[in-house]
Amino acid sequence: MATAEHPPARSDLPLEPEMHPLVKSVYDGKPHDLVSVGDAIGEVVLKGEHPRGWWIGFLAGFFMLQVLALAVCWLFYLGVGIWGINVPVAWGFAIVNFVWWIGIGHAGTLISAILLLMHQRWRTSINRFSEAMTIFAVMCAGLFPLLHMGRPWFFYWLYPFPNVAGVYPQFRSPLTWDVFAVTTYFTVSLVFWYLGLVPDLAALRDQARKKWQQIAYGLLSLGWRGSAIHWRRYEKVYLILGGISTPLVLSVHTVVSFDFAVSIVPLWHATIFPPFFVAGAIYSGFAMVVLIAIPVRKWYKLEDFFTDHHLDIMGKVMLATGFLVTYGYFSEAWMAWYGHTLYEWGTTIERMFGPYGWSYWCLIGFNCVFPLTFLWSKKMRVSPFWMSLICISVLIGMWFERYVIVITLAREYIPGAWGHYAPTFWDYATMVGSLGLFLFLFFLFLRYLPMISITEVRELLPKKQGGGGGHSIMENAP
Amino acid sequence: MSTVTPDPTHAPGHAPDHGHGHAAHDPTVPVTFGLLAEFGTGDAMAHAIEKAVAAGYTHLDGYSPYPVGEAADALRFPKSEMGPIMFIGGITGACAGFLMQYWANTFGYTLNIGGRPYFSWPSFVPITFEMMVLTTALSGFFGLMALCGLPRYNHPLFNSKAFDRATRDRFFVCIEATDPKFDLAATRAFLNDLHPLSVEEVMD
Repeated sequence: MATAEHPPARSDLPLEPEMHPLVKSVYDGKPHDLVSVGDAIGEVVLKGEHPRGWWIGFLAGFFMLQVLALAVCWLFYLGVGIWGINVPVAWGFAIVNFVWWIGIGHAGTLISAILLLMHQRWRTSINRFSEAMTIFAVMCAGLFPLLHMGRPWFFYWLYPFPNVAGVYPQFRSPLTWDVFAVTTYFTVSLVFWYLGLVPDLAALRDQARKKWQQIAYGLLSLGWRGSAIHWRRYEKVYLILGGISTPLVLSVHTVVSFDFAVSIVPLWHATIFPPFFVAGAIYSGFAMVVLIAIPVRKWYKLEDFFTDHHLDIMGKVMLATGFLVTYGYFSEAWMAWYGHTLYEWGTTIERMFGPYGWSYWCLIGFNCVFPLTFLWSKKMRVSPFWMSLICISVLIGMWFERYVIVITLAREYIPGAWGHYAPTFWDYATMVGSLGLFLFLFFLFLRYLPMISITEVRELLPKKQGGGGGHSIMENAP
Repeated sequence: MSTVTPDPTHAPGHAPDHGHGHAAHDPTVPVTFGLLAEFGTGDAMAHAIEKAVAAGYTHLDGYSPYPVGEAADALRFPKSEMGPIMFIGGITGACAGFLMQYWANTFGYTLNIGGRPYFSWPSFVPITFEMMVLTTALSGFFGLMALCGLPRYNHPLFNSKAFDRATRDRFFVCIEATDPKFDLAATRAFLNDLHPLSVEEVMD
């Protein structure tokens, strides 16, 4: 318990941000001030000059989006039979991709809500685009259950509404909980994101020189004028939204894990599923945030705001959540062995050494061995190249985790009911297409909305540079 | 957005009733909305508000590019109404969500699922919670909009060119003409004493 080994407590960190590397204080050789912050972030959107990287990303996304359109048209024409799903694996890629995307979305809410409550000021420069990422990822996630329905135009049957047949949803089913959880999650994330955008949109409105920009940002900013009374209410709402989004984000992936855990399939019926799913969601979500942030900050020269310090912290969060999921894998195998249940242990052996055993070892390699070896080193954590590799590895690993879970259905209880599952071309096309939808929307977001919160960075500036002296939003919101 | 920044000495159309006589006046003739003082820092703005409130002004507001809590404190608005609004919204949503499930699965459309009772309340908890979060967020957003009178695109302050910088790098205090203590010359002199960067008459 030697105190010398302990890192300094959060309260010991210097308050003035110039003293810790959150916002580099120099801009074009001068210290950052309120105007330079607005210029550095706002002019990206207002000038509309976009680097080659933006065009590559946008066109790649646009092309993959066309693949999605094709896959969906073919699906609507022929039905879900074009996918590889069948009994016993009736979920297949649809649920794998659903859980993967919604997990990625969780990082945005974690950064914007949980870190807000914890007064983590470093979240300021990444919360806006992480929240955007959340919204787009949840949209991609929502696509899969909709398409998997077979008759997606009847999706509204999932909700209770008065109808002549007198039929209502079965509210004891986790699948119904899921509908409400994901819809709520999407709506609340949208409100949170938009509310954060309103003052920035007002700043863009007043900074814009082109007529259409003044009109568009003017309409979107709802006539915000920065009144002290409005700010006080605004901060209160923002704080409470942060407070309720925190249990919300935990509840959403918990409910997603209930889709599995409430069943009696061996290895699914486990109490570890909710925390294990939430940790995995944050793991993959942070990986996606870092993977996007690394090229974007380079293209738009925003290294002043998204610093190596951010990479370092996010690497540490990934290290922690990586160990949590690794513990989950260990616990699954341990409980199966220690529980002396024939089917649990048999399914574990099938999972590791059966026909899909390769995917289990891919999961362990991509999710545990590779990232958790290298994330220990600070040199790796602040290296854009290595962090990109680690993040890609985590994203692949977390995809395999869901694949391994879903493929359990192929061999569970009675060998006579065992089956085989193989994805088809259209499964892959839909998956690639959802990635296209995500990229397409994300690059449009970079083009039309400020990717970093101008208001919050201004608050973070030291007082002598015109800022709020490291006050983070909501600290004066009684 | 910029229209008028007239010289106050011969600004037309405002009688000493200072905007109270809206019903009587010709709508084509601008009236004074208030006096807008510009400051360089949030502290100066909050200090000016403090002074103005101490001098007896009641119809005034501060405007800043980021929240300055001291300004709201100086305006004697220490606590916003949003907490109770969101709380009531959330409770309402939770009750409605629970009752909806209770009614639908107990009376509306009964299903025997594994022999459980129709009113198996523990399985209604997740949706009750989600509905609570949903209505809290929505009541917060719409409550904020309603209380702040937003969206509003035609606010008189937007007539001031200088006010564009309220979202950029300037901090403003506006004493409105509806204030009983408002007097164009006296209020202008009062604001000038606070060492603002500029004082401007804003027309409605």
